Amino acid sequence: MSAYDIFSAHVRDNSPVALATVIEGPNTGAILVVTPQGVVGGTLGNEDIDRVVARDTAGELEAGRTIVRHYGPHGESTPEDLIETDTVRVFIESFSPPPLMWIFGAVDFTAALARVAKVLGYHVTVCDAREIFATRRRFPMADEVRVTWPTPMFTERGERLGPRDAVCILTHDPKFDVPAIQGALATRVGYIGVMGSRKTHAKRLERLAEVGVTNTAELGRLHSPIGLDLGGRTPEETAISIVGEIIAARTGREARSLGATDGPIH
Amino acid sequence: MRDLLDDIDRWRTAGKKIALARVVDIQGSGPREAGASMAVNEDGEVIGSVSGGCVESAVVTEALAILAGEQPSRIVTFGYSDDEAFAVGLTCGGIIHLFIQPLEW
Repeated sequence: MSAYDIFSAHVRDNSPVALATVIEGPNTGAILVVTPQGVVGGTLGNEDIDRVVARDTAGELEAGRTIVRHYGPHGESTPEDLIETDTVRVFIESFSPPPLMWIFGAVDFTAALARVAKVLGYHVTVCDAREIFATRRRFPMADEVRVTWPTPMFTERGERLGPRDAVCILTHDPKFDVPAIQGALATRVGYIGVMGSRKTHAKRLERLAEVGVTNTAELGRLHSPIGLDLGGRTPEETAISIVGEIIAARTGREARSLGATDGPIH
Repeated sequence: MRDLLDDIDRWRTAGKKIALARVVDIQGSGPREAGASMAVNEDGEVIGSVSGGCVESAVVTEALAILAGEQPSRIVTFGYSDDEAFAVGLTCGGIIHLFIQPLEW
């Protein structure tokens, strides 16, 4: 198998992989394919540089970073060793698995949100305990449709959720909402959004208090009612307001119009 | 590059020569992040993008020259900062450095 075949197989399996490419210096264009377990394909020209770059690349992959690093021809990386020697510039590109979005509740808003989330590159799982609603036919755009209650889903897979991931709870039914919120709060997930009117939100807080969820810091992790205040109504407009809120939560921005703010855009 | 794999595989199966252009560094304001990529085959078919549409056609010209063996794999810079900078600029005023190479690995 070529280095490309090995690399693309990892990307398709959603397993983490990085490419280290010499972009300047001897062997420009040479490629090393690296996973957290080590080198799986290619070479940058000699064993020394392969070993050093593989070690650094595994570190960048762990952090999900894409960056250019400099070496000597045999992988020298301390600044003194790089004086008066040819330098090799290596572009390290990390391919982390796509972020996850779990959507609870198989409703019309779910289909629109799943579609928009796919545009942003999420791996989307739709969950609902009702077999007649949670079907592939209704959610062909989702990567996975699961007929399950929230608690077993979180027990089984909650550990997979991290800061880049999102849980969107669209059921507005306390039977589902409360266990889904409890499950999500027990994970490291970066975004938790819960749909419902302001009245539903108030009632939900009462129900959460009944099951012992009263910690302000925990409740502060909930985006409820879910979404930015765009004034939209349709499932599609709502989906945009939800993913807009997810982006703003990640960047720490207030999501105002750029025309009304100043400072750097990115 | 994730989004390009299906088309790249199709081109490889058809035996097409392919050049890959990846953004490796950005200075100042840039529309896309490092890692943004596009691919060009020997017939001039293009997938992906590396900017907001400002430099793509210049990248195609470079990529075809590299595929034809007229240029080596190399870093190409777009923007207005230095002597190597190409005439093509980015409307946002940033500078992007791309690495373009044949996909022969």
